[in-house]
Amino acid sequence: MDTAYLIETIIKVVVVLLIFSALAGIGTYFERKVLAFMQRRLGPMNVGPFGLLQVAADGIKLFTKEDIIPTNVVAKVFKLAPVITAATAFMAAAAIPFLPEFTLFGYTVHPIVADINIGILYILGIMGVGLYGPLLGGMASANKFSLLSAARGAAVFISYEVVTGLSILAPIMMVGSLSLIDFNNYQAGGVGDWIIWSQPVAFVLFWIAAFAETGRTPFHLIANDHEIIDGFGTEYSGMRWGLFFIGEYANMFFISFVIPLIFLGGYGDGSLLGALGLLGKMAFFFFFFLWTRAAWPDVRPDQLMWLCWKVLMPLAVVNIVITGLVMMF
Amino acid sequence: MKNEQFNNRDVSENGYFLVDIPDYPTDGWGKFTRVVKRTFKGELFVGLWVVLREMIKFDIHTVQYPQEKMPIGPRYRAVHEMKRLWESGTERCIGCGLCEKICISNCIQMDTKIDENSRKEVSEYTINLGRCIFCGYCAEVCPELAITHGGRYENGSEQREHFVLYEDMLTPIDAFKAGKQLEFEGFGSITPHEDERVKKTPLSY
Repeated sequence: MDTAYLIETIIKVVVVLLIFSALAGIGTYFERKVLAFMQRRLGPMNVGPFGLLQVAADGIKLFTKEDIIPTNVVAKVFKLAPVITAATAFMAAAAIPFLPEFTLFGYTVHPIVADINIGILYILGIMGVGLYGPLLGGMASANKFSLLSAARGAAVFISYEVVTGLSILAPIMMVGSLSLIDFNNYQAGGVGDWIIWSQPVAFVLFWIAAFAETGRTPFHLIANDHEIIDGFGTEYSGMRWGLFFIGEYANMFFISFVIPLIFLGGYGDGSLLGALGLLGKMAFFFFFFLWTRAAWPDVRPDQLMWLCWKVLMPLAVVNIVITGLVMMF
Repeated sequence: MKNEQFNNRDVSENGYFLVDIPDYPTDGWGKFTRVVKRTFKGELFVGLWVVLREMIKFDIHTVQYPQEKMPIGPRYRAVHEMKRLWESGTERCIGCGLCEKICISNCIQMDTKIDENSRKEVSEYTINLGRCIFCGYCAEVCPELAITHGGRYENGSEQREHFVLYEDMLTPIDAFKAGKQLEFEGFGSITPHEDERVKKTPLSY
């Protein structure tokens, strides 16, 4: 392995880490503002212009708050759990091409940390590992609500992960590769080539499963505030809780990148317009996460499992069979 | 308004009707069709449209409190005020002690003495706002309209002993001279046009 490649990779890792840690903070600002506007409020207004520095204030608060390890918790697991959530969220970003490749000072940059040939499998797998954060944190917390949240997390996890895998199988069969760059090149011909036109069912299923994956509002039952306080986060304080938060928002951003890359043409032919298009699509999907939080109620865990096992999974299987038959003949 | 229309419980005459709600499906096919109907009805998108509409209209109802304040009613019962006589500017309070007597939470403490003009004068007067329930009895019972409720609802202090001394409640003399003393229209005050309703005390029964 030559040194230039090593340095380049390290720089890319650092850039991705810094940008998305910052974005996670700004994401909370956008969430508060969008929710406020939809509920005819103003949201944060006092720290900085339009409340923009609220993110910094929250960051200072989280960093300087006392790190409490309560009595009776399993301390080692309790301390480890938030790290798992945040780390896996950022690890999943390694296989996502955020922009088309571009030339900077005569040096061609590939804005993907590692173009591995099992990209989607890796992303889904690492995001699945991310569930160990809520699960272990909830079980180690010595708190009934955290334990409930951990149990819900496990139940929800096996439900939506089946849908995620099966729904994405049909596009994978069409493209014949697991790399997101191959997915993008498959759809590079323009809007007519987007996989959403040939796989609308898979698109909707994957989108629904993305809500369960990130734990956003219609399926926000792992940490449902009005039922089980903050679920697995109840006993956490300071930066450990902040790591859960960063993980959740980074996950939202990465899923918002993955959905357009798989179904909506990604960055297209790699021009500047295509790159802006990918960012625009990502912004829409991120906005949609906030939008549904303002509009929709939460479902119960049994309703989510009913939905996943009895509706979405059969649909996904039928979709795969039909796709297979069409491809065969 | 008579009560008879409410006493009549024969619902068939009052325009009541049963809402047409279909029964819950019992068999599998019924449940299935209900799920399909609900899925394609698009009610979720109605919710999405409603919140997006409110965001686009941007009709914000927030009152940014320390900078902006809602107007409060003239009858609002906040921290007490002690008024001055319009003619002379002296204190209206005659030290009768009725407010101290009637106070149901025992928060008014007063002490009086005879001053050099042989008039009764208030020497000490405190209201413990930590105990006060703002019932307004003191303002109602005051024969001189001396103690009333004001509109000052923002109280902050490092010690609760700062709540509240006679001097703080009394209309400041400079504000009084500038004509800034507001007559309280609320609880305990005289009603408008009270003069016209005054009758002579009947002397013979």
